Amino acid sequence: MTTTPMPATLTDAPGVSGALRPRRRSGRGGLARAVMHNRKAMIGLLLFALFCLLAAFPHIFVPWSHGDPQTVGAFPSELHPSLAHWMGTTQLGQDVYTELVYGTRESLLIAVIAGLGSTLLSVIIGVSAAYLGGIADDALSMLTGIFLVLPTFPLMIVLATYAGKGNLTVVIIVLIVTGWAYGANQLRAQGLSLRNRDFLESARVRGERKSYIIVVEVLPTMTSLILAGFLGSALYSVLTAAGLQFLGLGDSSSLSWGTMLYWAQNQSALLSGFPVWALAPGFAVALLGVAFALLNYAFDEISNPALRPVRRHRAKRAHS
Amino acid sequence: MRYLLRRLGFFVLTLWAAMTLNFFIPRMMPGNPVSVLKAQLNHSGRVASTQQLNALLASFGFDPHASLAGQYVTYLKDMVTFHWGVSIGGSSLGASVAGMIRQALPWTLGLVGVATVMAFVFGTLIGIVAGWRRGGFLDGVVPPVFVVTSALPYFWVGLVAILLFANGAHALLPNDGNYDIGLHTEWSWKFISSVLRHAILPAGTILITAIGGWILTMRNTMITTLAEDYVRMARAKGISNRRIMMGYAARNALLPNLSGFAMSLGYVIGGTILVEYVFNYPGLGHMFFLATAGTDYPLLQALFMLVTVAVLICVLLCDFAVLLLDPRARAKG
Repeated sequence: MTTTPMPATLTDAPGVSGALRPRRRSGRGGLARAVMHNRKAMIGLLLFALFCLLAAFPHIFVPWSHGDPQTVGAFPSELHPSLAHWMGTTQLGQDVYTELVYGTRESLLIAVIAGLGSTLLSVIIGVSAAYLGGIADDALSMLTGIFLVLPTFPLMIVLATYAGKGNLTVVIIVLIVTGWAYGANQLRAQGLSLRNRDFLESARVRGERKSYIIVVEVLPTMTSLILAGFLGSALYSVLTAAGLQFLGLGDSSSLSWGTMLYWAQNQSALLSGFPVWALAPGFAVALLGVAFALLNYAFDEISNPALRPVRRHRAKRAHS
Repeated sequence: MRYLLRRLGFFVLTLWAAMTLNFFIPRMMPGNPVSVLKAQLNHSGRVASTQQLNALLASFGFDPHASLAGQYVTYLKDMVTFHWGVSIGGSSLGASVAGMIRQALPWTLGLVGVATVMAFVFGTLIGIVAGWRRGGFLDGVVPPVFVVTSALPYFWVGLVAILLFANGAHALLPNDGNYDIGLHTEWSWKFISSVLRHAILPAGTILITAIGGWILTMRNTMITTLAEDYVRMARAKGISNRRIMMGYAARNALLPNLSGFAMSLGYVIGGTILVEYVFNYPGLGHMFFLATAGTDYPLLQALFMLVTVAVLICVLLCDFAVLLLDPRARAKG
């Protein structure tokens, strides 16, 4: 009687259930339109685009600045915000606003590279666990389960302390190693629910190679999950990298929002009357994080219409 | 019963994995504890003989005379029997790690424990109501507001809180420490009120940043659950709204939220390290910062294991709760 097996993901996180729909949206145009009509997605996308612009062409936003924004003693030190220095200057006489603009690049790069890396790792582990089955699945799911509950930020502190503080590559690798498990868990559940579908069976009967089936048949059905996974781990990476650098576990001579926060805290800028210097980099981190979170939530809404905000007039009619 | 045994097995396995990671990370990494230790001892003006150095190293599992396997076995035994060695950090050189942790632990349990549980309970309740009153005021406000708050960095919220409430000579609330200097630990109103005043800002920071995720997941699962046939059935039977909301919808919607709680706990605990650092709150999180600032390997080792144990205990408690709420899990097990 029960010929349709209950998808395993239904008991998992919300939003996944929407992604399970086997019927796909009508091409790319559908997705673009859905994004355009979703206010959260638009705000997130605009914020993200703004940060990309800042990272790619920082000099547009500070046309008066020439040379290295980190030059020591370029201006008098510890100036309060003024027309010439919108956010004041640091203890070493660097312009905070210029540093903030130029710091975008490293922070954004960390987020995107670490996000891509952990998404890739979660796809490899999650999909192969679901597809291989048997002992391989048991071992891989156990590994995923362990990394899912290991306290990752403390683990990162341990790793970064031993690996020698300050290496950007180390920070990115550590972010990837600690950030893949959640996505892998969801992809595995999705993969398991697909395993006995007809279109995969027919591909097997056609005699396609395993690699072909995984890449051409299985992966496209997971696009929205993979995208959500990327946004989630990018958000995680932005916040965690800034936290690590704030604690002094980043390269303190590099230029990113996290290191700016570290130096501001180091000089106790907040309590000695330089709140803008102390808070502006954190605000930038928060904004980038909000951009990722808004996009992520909007994709949930797009793939699961039940979650969308109820329109006013419809809501009134339902109550009357 | 089988379910419980399986979860207990997972508990032991994860703990073992964490301790093994803890053991192998320092041995695979370029930074060498021996040279760090030497530098640190010289820095603090103490000249240590090779013998003393070896004794110190052996005290946290780096016995240079033992084989790797031998070191590993001793390390595991020491970790589970609370023989955590002595600190090699700058200011606390020679202090017993177990003693340091015993002093910090109650503060973290009190602050982080209470704040996290409060965030989960309130978050779940708000999520239930928002999902239930679909299209109501709360449901309109919840998603945009809490998507934003859940993406804020913990430490930044803490810094803003300090700027708003604990800045300047006539600050509303204190911005660092756990109680006013000069007070003694005692059961007096003066002491307790001081502790509470010091806890408000850090606890509020944790609450604001942690609550969003739980509200959103609870609201979303609530909406999905409310579309189920058994909810319609309950309505048709004329069961009171409150019972449908709590007993039919929320009870089922809570299950995925509980496993979500277990999974995100590691992240929340990471955030609280930063909160304790920002507020100079002398708990385990702040100690994490001290350990990494002073490259204090023994302390770091013990702290990481302890945090893992804490998370795992919470995961186990969530499993118990699932068992209580979900007859299916009981029947299967």
